Amino acid sequence: MTASPMVLADSATMLRRNLRRMRRYPSLTFFIAVIPVIILLLFVFVFGGTLGAGLGGGLTGGRTEYAAYVMPGILLITVAGAAQGTAISVAMDMTGGIIARFRTMAISRTSVLAGHVIGSVIQTLIAVAIVFVVGLLVGFRPTTGPLEWLAALGLLTLTAFAVTWLSVGLGLAPRSVETASNLPMFLVLMPFLSSGFVPTASLPDGLRWVAENQPFTPIIETLRGLLLGTPIGNSGALAIGWCVAISLLGYLWSRRLYERPPAPTV
Amino acid sequence: MTAIDTRAAIRARGLRKAYGSHVVLDGIDLDVAEGTVYALLGPNGAGKTTTIQILSTLISADGGSVEIAGHDLVREADAVRAQIGVTGQFSAVDGLFSGEENLQLMADLRHFGKADARRRVAELLDRFDLADAAKKPVATYSGGMRRRLDLAMTLIGDPRIIFLDEPTAGLDPRSRRVMWATIRELVAGGVTILLSTQYLEEADRLAHRIGVLDHGRLVAEGSPAELKRLVPGGHVRLAFDNAAELDRAAVALEGGTRDDEALSLQVPSDGGVRSLRALLDRLDAAAIDVTALSVETPDLDDVFLSLTGDDEPAEVVLR
Repeated sequence: MTASPMVLADSATMLRRNLRRMRRYPSLTFFIAVIPVIILLLFVFVFGGTLGAGLGGGLTGGRTEYAAYVMPGILLITVAGAAQGTAISVAMDMTGGIIARFRTMAISRTSVLAGHVIGSVIQTLIAVAIVFVVGLLVGFRPTTGPLEWLAALGLLTLTAFAVTWLSVGLGLAPRSVETASNLPMFLVLMPFLSSGFVPTASLPDGLRWVAENQPFTPIIETLRGLLLGTPIGNSGALAIGWCVAISLLGYLWSRRLYERPPAPTV
Repeated sequence: MTAIDTRAAIRARGLRKAYGSHVVLDGIDLDVAEGTVYALLGPNGAGKTTTIQILSTLISADGGSVEIAGHDLVREADAVRAQIGVTGQFSAVDGLFSGEENLQLMADLRHFGKADARRRVAELLDRFDLADAAKKPVATYSGGMRRRLDLAMTLIGDPRIIFLDEPTAGLDPRSRRVMWATIRELVAGGVTILLSTQYLEEADRLAHRIGVLDHGRLVAEGSPAELKRLVPGGHVRLAFDNAAELDRAAVALEGGTRDDEALSLQVPSDGGVRSLRALLDRLDAAAIDVTALSVETPDLDDVFLSLTGDDEPAEVVLR
C-alpha cells in the first residue's frame, strides 16, 4: 500500500472527477430515480388497492397502507437500480484511455475505485431522496422519530455502499459496456423476491425460503421497523452483516479485476 | 536522487510476452541512453505496443528484466511511474471534461499546489495551442487537438522518460510536424524518449537509435546511418560537364550505369570513406573532371524491407 495521505488526496481527486462527470451526464441520475418512482406509482395506484387488502397480519386497508408497506422495498429498488448506473459508468471509464493513463501514474489503485464508489453512493442517495419525496406525496408517512429516520438513512447508505462495491466489480468484469449494463439486472429483481412487496408468508414454500434468506429481506424488515415501528428482531444485525460481507467481497473482487491487465492490443 | 551512473534511462533484457500460444515478444534487449530518442520501428503486430505497455508498467512481461531510471520495473513500479509519462495510441483524455479540466485533473494527481497547478495548466494550454479551446469539452476537439492535449497531460508532471506509442498515427502533416518539433524540444531539454512508429521517415528524422522489430524480435539495431549501411544498394553519383568526360569516366570506372541525358554516372559503392577515396584516386589518375559528386545511401524503406522480409510488404506504411 502507498502512504495513506496520498491515497486520501487521490481518492478525493477521483471523487471530484466522478461528481463532475455526473453533472455532465445528469440524465443518468434522473433515470436512476425515474424507474423506482414509476414502480412506486404502479404499485400504489394500480396494484395497491388489491394488495393492500391482502396484507393480513393486522395490516388491513387499502392504498395508503400498501404505500407504507411497499416503501422500503421501493427504496431498495432505487439502490439496486443505481448499481446499474455504477456498472455502466465504471465500464465506460475502463474502455476509455484515461484509465490506462492512471495505471501508468504513481497513484494508488484503490483511489480510482474509491472515487467511483463514493461518487455512486452520493448519486444513489440523491435518487433515494427523490423517491422518498414522491413517497411522501402519495401518502407514505413515517411514524417513528428523527433518531430512527437517521438510522434508516445510515442503513440505506451502508446498503448503497455494499451494492456499489459489488456493481463496480460487475462493471469491471465484462469487457464491454453493453454486458456491464445487463449484469446488475438481477439486483433490481431481487427486492421483488423479498418481503418488500408481499409478506413472505404468502409465498409458496421454495420461493418463501429464498425470500426469507436473501440479503434484501432483513434490510427491508429493518428499514420498515425504523420508518414504521414494526418489530425488527434480529433483522438489524443480519442486515448489517450482509452489507459488510457484500462490501468486503465487492471490494476484494473489484481490486483484483482492476489489477487485471487490459485486453491485449498487439 | 543522485545521477544514474549507468546513464541508461531504459535497460531491458530478454523481454518476453505471449498471449496463450501467440508469442508477441520473443526476447527483446533494449538500451536507451539518457537524453536520446529511441525508435521502435516495425509493422503492425511486430510487438511495438506490447513493448511500450510493458515498459510503462501497464502490463507485465512473462520473462526478462527491466530497469527504468535505475529502478526495477516490477519491484519498484511506483518509483518508475513517478519518472515516466506515457502517451498511447488512443487518446487518454476524459471526453466529458474540457481541456483545462483534464490538465487540472493531472495536476491534482501530481499533487501540485493550487497556484502552481494553475500556472502549469495555463502554460501547457498555451504551449500546445489549446488556450482558445480550453473551456470546451474534449469531445468537440479534432484528432490533432486531442493528441496535443494528451501529450500536454503527459508532460505536466515533467517526466524524465516519455513513451510515445505511434505519436503521429492519424495526424495531418501539419500536426505531425508540430509533434516532431515538440519531441525535439523535449530531447533538447534532456528528456529520454522511446517511441514506436511504422513510419520510416519519422524514425529517420527523430531517432538517435532505431530498433527494427519484427515478429517479436529485434532484427536490427543502430543509428539511422548504421542501419542504412547494413543494406547493399548504395551508390555514388557523378555528374559531368560534357559527354566526352562522361565517356572517359565510364571507361575508367567499369560497372557504372550511365545516364547520357543527365550526363551522370552511377557507381555502386557502400558509401564508406575507404571506397570513396579509391574512387577519387581512380578519377584523379585518369584526370577526369567531375562537376558534382553525391553519395546515395539506401533509405530506410530499403533497410526495412530487406530486414523484415518481403513476404508482407503490404503491412509496411510507406510515405
